[in-house]
Amino acid sequence: MRVPAEWYLVVALMLFVIGATGLLIRRNILVMFMCVELMLNAVNLTFVTFSRTLNDISGQATVFFVLVVAAAEVVVGLGIIVAIFRRRAEATADDVHILKG
Amino acid sequence: MRGADLVAALHVAFRLVAYNGVNSPHSEHLQAPADWAVFLVGGAFILAGALGVVTLRNPVHCALFLVITLFGVAIELIDLNADFLAAVQIIVYAGAIVILFLFVIMFLGVDRKEPVAAERFPLQRPLALLLGLGVFILILVLTAVPGNWTTGAHSLSGSLGSPASPTGGAQGDVARLGQAIYTRYLLPFEMTSALLVIAIVAAVVLARTRHRVAGELSSEEQAAIRQAGGASAEVTR
Repeated sequence: MRVPAEWYLVVALMLFVIGATGLLIRRNILVMFMCVELMLNAVNLTFVTFSRTLNDISGQATVFFVLVVAAAEVVVGLGIIVAIFRRRAEATADDVHILKG
Repeated sequence: MRGADLVAALHVAFRLVAYNGVNSPHSEHLQAPADWAVFLVGGAFILAGALGVVTLRNPVHCALFLVITLFGVAIELIDLNADFLAAVQIIVYAGAIVILFLFVIMFLGVDRKEPVAAERFPLQRPLALLLGLGVFILILVLTAVPGNWTTGAHSLSGSLGSPASPTGGAQGDVARLGQAIYTRYLLPFEMTSALLVIAIVAAVVLARTRHRVAGELSSEEQAAIRQAGGASAEVTR
């Protein structure tokens, strides 16, 4: 007997909640970005778990696309962060509350 | 012969350890504890890494704990028979994304600690914890809603290994995943290439230092340059 799917879902739930809480708590933009990655990984884990439960490969295909989108998102997000930091050397989200060019 | 006995015993032990019950009926009872052990180790990695990312103050440490979480997720994916995704998880996330994070952290020199005293919004921390707890309870409630998760015909681009076989096929689900991506999901797959190209162009545009010729400057900027006596035709923003 394998590990039941519920246990994976519990781990994914805890990972998602930790990521969401971290996103709200932290104000360093880079760390907030990492928390978004945590939430993405939680959802990926859920997809793969249901892929196994439903005996359907589509969940894994979806995770594949989520990985690609996450990579693109990190590239663009870090580009934006570098562009912000070039103007002002502050690391918190509160310091960029004015979106002025 | 003592030597032959020893070789036979070693062979049996090797089969028990290496094949883990796939070929040998003697070790069927090892299957479930091994699965649970893999699951628990992966879950411990995931949660420890996630807590580290959220709680540690140095962004470099956060990035390294993120690696631990991603590695734990890869372990769980292997446990779920998603071998290809586990490999991609290691290569893309741990190999590319975290390196990108670390590169930006070191490039910008922001690897200093977050100031704790300068709280602009003092209620942020308790409110965030409350909201996180709310999300937790919300998801728990949503999962307890009666009804079938699996109603409606989900697409069947290819079934996974039958649950009866412990390994789900010799090569995992790589072949079926490839079949699904290159047939049913061919258009989304091609779109991801366009997405990646767009992301690369966007990153270059965002990170580029812009050089503007004098004609592109606003009249005030031109006046300022003239006032400063600068004859430079190029201004770096």
